[in-house]
Amino acid sequence: MTIQRRGVLTALGAGAVAGLAGCSGLGGGEEESAGVTGETLTLTTTTSTYDTGLLDEIHGDFEGMYGVTVDAVARGTGAALESGRNGNADVVMVHARGLEDEFMREGYGINRRDLMFNDFVIVGPEDDPAGIEGMDSATEALTAVADAGAAFVSRGDDSGTHTKERNLWEAAGTEPGGDWYQETGTGMGEALNVADQQGAYTLADRGTFISQRSEIDLAVLVQGPIEDGPEILANPYGIMAANPGVHGNANYDLAMAYIGWITSPGTQKAISSYQVDGEQLFFPEAVSEDPNFGQYVPEGWSGDDADA
Amino acid sequence: MPFESATQAIVALSASPALVDLSTLLGFPTLLDLPFREGYVSSIVYVSLYVSLVAVTLSTLFSVPIAVVLGLTDFPGKGFVKSVINTGMGFPSVVVGLVVLFAVSNQGPLGSLDLVFTREAMIMSQFVLATPPITAISLAAVSGVDRGVRDAARALGGTRLDVALVVIKEARYGIATAILAGFGRAISEVGSVLIVGGNITSADGISKTRTLTTAIQLEARQGQYETAMVLGAVLVVLVLAVNAVVVRFGDRGVQ
Repeated sequence: MTIQRRGVLTALGAGAVAGLAGCSGLGGGEEESAGVTGETLTLTTTTSTYDTGLLDEIHGDFEGMYGVTVDAVARGTGAALESGRNGNADVVMVHARGLEDEFMREGYGINRRDLMFNDFVIVGPEDDPAGIEGMDSATEALTAVADAGAAFVSRGDDSGTHTKERNLWEAAGTEPGGDWYQETGTGMGEALNVADQQGAYTLADRGTFISQRSEIDLAVLVQGPIEDGPEILANPYGIMAANPGVHGNANYDLAMAYIGWITSPGTQKAISSYQVDGEQLFFPEAVSEDPNFGQYVPEGWSGDDADA
Repeated sequence: MPFESATQAIVALSASPALVDLSTLLGFPTLLDLPFREGYVSSIVYVSLYVSLVAVTLSTLFSVPIAVVLGLTDFPGKGFVKSVINTGMGFPSVVVGLVVLFAVSNQGPLGSLDLVFTREAMIMSQFVLATPPITAISLAAVSGVDRGVRDAARALGGTRLDVALVVIKEARYGIATAILAGFGRAISEVGSVLIVGGNITSADGISKTRTLTTAIQLEARQGQYETAMVLGAVLVVLVLAVNAVVVRFGDRGVQ
């Protein structure tokens, strides 16, 4: 009997301990959920980032860490920034420094960080009618395409890639136009397909090209800086928070948590180890021993501008 | 949300093996071969149906009474009202999407409701798109009801409401067609839901505001034309199923 009674007591004691543990566990849970749990962060980004699948790969980590949801909306860089201007984004992740600078100067974006980079490549048909294969200069290559009147497909959608392409034509001193120059107004994948169908040249980001190259007959004719090509073909991505001073309902706290997370060593490592088709698509550049003040302000900004 | 369970039932139906057989029959890779994570396709089917069914239901509740009132009364300017409704059938969905986006945008008049990039915003834009065809076709059906039926109902001592109900009963096949036309417009359009919904999935591949049409657009943008075609086939099967249900529901079908 005594043994039995002791057994009952032990069971009761164990139950009480378990009950207390349950209570304190519950209390701890409530404390945690008093923070950002359950909130949604709206990130507008570019199609070329989104279509690589990188964000789906890494966002689970952030969502688990904070108990939040990240709504990633893919648009061209122009449209992604426009969403920010209209107060519909908490964070923007784009790749056109000129447009990002404008966004910051207008007061819509703050706390910009350099995030990662890859590069652009000039691709075209294998027979290369304009003879640009292996050229060291992207601008000379484009000039050769224009001179030959060889078909060239332009995104024509105000995306980061389209902006880069226009900058290249400008640097080449050539105004593209005529039958050979076609603006498709589509995403990168479609533009590559159009170029493939027509045996045309186009400017592509390396990530989209890699994820699609098995289905098309285009080849890389001018490499970007990752494969020792010209620096002008670099494709840097930046990230900014929406300015809560302009749009009071922007989720600024969570936006900064996101920027902190994505520029942290752990996430930067995850970005560098993300591969498609056995190739690395993005090269992180947020973590560095040396200071990089240029990333926080528009290019060429100096304190003297403040009066202007 | 009363529509959730009905929608789930249809999702379950559409995920039946018959669908896989059909896609094999058409020479496409089966759904099992698709490079999607588990739950992705059924979640976009669910969002498509949820948004379109809610929008069309609201639109029907709004449009049919208007069509009946318009059909049973005569007033100066009725022709003008009719042509406004008919013009509405030609609204480009992208324009509707932009207008709704400006309305729900955080700077817009409805900004405080936080509707941008939500299913509710998608329902709003599909409501705007579905209302003109439902109203116009219902109006044609109501106008086509024999005048003698109305007179008989009135002669039997029916109130205005009774007369309206009799007319709706007589015009039910036309109204069913109207609802199907509205549903067809809602579920097949891509422009406005892409703009106001944002084509969002969570990181684990479950759709939040991605519909079949915006998923097709996404695959096409990435040059994945085959996958886009398979999703297109799913959409066709879905529309076919909904039509079959409605036709069966309206007993012997549209006369």
